Amino acid sequence: MTTFSELRLDGVRRRFGGKDALAGLSLTIRRGEFIALLGPSGCGKSTALNCLAGLLPLTEGSIWQDGDRLDTLPPERRGFGMVFQSYALFPHLSVRKNISFGLQMRRLPRDEVRRRTDEAIKLVRLEEHARKLPGQLSGGQQQRVAIARAVVLEPSLVLMDEPLSNLDAKLRLEMRTEIRRLHQSLGLTTVYVTHDQEEALSLADRLVVLRDGRVEQIGTPEELHNRPANRHVADFMGYRNLVPMRVKAVHGDTVALDGSGLTLEGTPVGPVAAGDEVVAGIRPEDLRAGPHGVPVTVEVVEYQGRELAVEARTEEGVALFLRAAERPAPGDRITVTAAPSRVLVFGAGTR
Amino acid sequence: MTRAALRHRLAERGIDRQLLLLAPALACVLALFVYPFAYGIGLSFQPAEGGVLGAYRTFFTDAYQRDTIATTLGLALPAAILNVAASVPIAYRMRGRFRGKRLLTTVLVVPITLGTVLTAEGLLNYLGPTGWFNRTLISVGLTDAPVRLTNNYWGVFFSLVITGFPFAFLLILSYLSGIDPTLDRAAATLGAPWWQRFRRITLPLLAPGLATTFCLTFVLAFSVFPSAVLVGDPAGETRVISIAAYHAAYEVYDYPLGSAIAVIMGLVELAVVAVVLGLRSLLYTGSTGGKG
Ligand SMILES: Nc1ncnc2c1ncn2[C@@H]1O[C@H](COP(=O)(O)OP(=O)(O)OP(=O)(O)O)[C@@H](O)[C@H]1O
Ligand SMILES: [Mg+2]
Repeated sequence: MTTFSELRLDGVRRRFGGKDALAGLSLTIRRGEFIALLGPSGCGKSTALNCLAGLLPLTEGSIWQDGDRLDTLPPERRGFGMVFQSYALFPHLSVRKNISFGLQMRRLPRDEVRRRTDEAIKLVRLEEHARKLPGQLSGGQQQRVAIARAVVLEPSLVLMDEPLSNLDAKLRLEMRTEIRRLHQSLGLTTVYVTHDQEEALSLADRLVVLRDGRVEQIGTPEELHNRPANRHVADFMGYRNLVPMRVKAVHGDTVALDGSGLTLEGTPVGPVAAGDEVVAGIRPEDLRAGPHGVPVTVEVVEYQGRELAVEARTEEGVALFLRAAERPAPGDRITVTAAPSRVLVFGAGTR
Repeated sequence: MTRAALRHRLAERGIDRQLLLLAPALACVLALFVYPFAYGIGLSFQPAEGGVLGAYRTFFTDAYQRDTIATTLGLALPAAILNVAASVPIAYRMRGRFRGKRLLTTVLVVPITLGTVLTAEGLLNYLGPTGWFNRTLISVGLTDAPVRLTNNYWGVFFSLVITGFPFAFLLILSYLSGIDPTLDRAAATLGAPWWQRFRRITLPLLAPGLATTFCLTFVLAFSVFPSAVLVGDPAGETRVISIAAYHAAYEVYDYPLGSAIAVIMGLVELAVVAVVLGLRSLLYTGSTGGKG
């Protein structure tokens, strides 16, 4: 196994027919890290992963593994493992042969191939299914084969392209834990592509948020969750309420806002001045129905277990998403508030 | 068991009312194919002399007749093998999307639509003793006398390749594009160089398609008739089995013998196809993960 202490992407750009699918991705991956590439559909996540794997040539930029240039090597010489979105299991080979394929390509002694294949099968708990063909497995089992096939080679880097997107909700949660467990127990370095912010936040050490092929923000889950750099990242991080407002006054760390039928206090992200047009970002769970605050009219109430998800409208007709503990009826007028620290204010530079 | 349950069990085996939609096609097949076919078989057992198997005995005891089987196999097998073998690498290179693919496939369909007669004429003009090919060879000084490439085995062989290749190629190309291209990429990330990817992934998934393509091109080549006459040597080297059948039925007017030869022809084809499909059943024949 060839390991590295860091892998550096330097201005990696990929174009398709004059349009940038990935516009200058620079990122340093340290050994043992779990990196998630996050972004909406079509933002260039798979493109980034394929460039790393060597399945797509770069239009510009370079990839370095410590001191060695990597982007000129074909995929078979990079030694990275990849789990494809569609799994890409070889349909004519049994589970066991799928998993041992990479080991055989390395021309390892037969005993070693057998031993390591057995270990990998055990690792993903597929002992009973080792002789089956991929077509005879369930989605979750196929996914485990795909993971085993990629990690059996102990690759220096594992790339995963939305490996959980085809699974049902329960299995997804299980496999998520499984992936994190494998990452830790095998000491892997992982780059994981997803469009599910919850998945990214729970798995990754660092997140890279992409939009239209550009990096919007790179940071730890806490950083992204609490301090999204702009409204697009905020949108992705669960700030469902993004309300256009105006700055009334600035008081030290907080600002007073009004507009869209709301008056609020918030915390600015980046510089803002009185009179600026801004966007206020608030998570539904931070916007609470209470005795004081801004009056709104309830429109839809959804039961969500412990809480109720409410969609309401301000007097100016702007939709708001909030949580309530007690059940309001549609048409009720309630008042809502949010703590100033939980209202992020995105000014001109960060809108 | 209730009626509903019975219906479900039948439906599971593909037996339901939609089956009735097959009736018109079935009637056509019966009237146009099965009846004449059965009639021909019947005829082959009613020779003027020699009992029930007389016509067959005549065929197999006469070396001149019997050898047509070997002659035809000697043409059709190599031609089918070459067509399939040459199609694979070219189709493999062309499996992706690229500019001009449609134009190229159109150009390749042309020989199929031209038919054997026009191809034969072209071959005679091009490869004949005074054709361009020989004139070029002679003027370059490679040979003194023209190389004989028509009115013999090679003329028919070329004709079979020209008409059979596009057919094999297009079939194989469509089988290849049915294989999910991410399988190849997956094998690459697992460290397999291109020949290993071809040998271990693409080829095994393609093999059933190759078998089918081989059978079809073989059957086409086995019933060769026009080119064997036009660019071949129909009295000697390329006296193929269809010529023997034609000769018996329409020149000697021995219909039973003609029918018997036709039946033998069918049986030989069937034997080859059975062998190939038998080998195919040993291979993986499930989904190839592609768009189908
Ligand atoms: N082979 C290609 N030819 C042309 N355009 C392409 C090609 N592959 C990707 N693109 C374009 O590049 C952009 C990024 O695609 P990419 O597959 O990286 O998206 P993604 O972030 O993985 O999306 P998803 O979450 O839907 O998988 C898209 O706009 C896509 O249309
Ligand atoms: Mg993708």
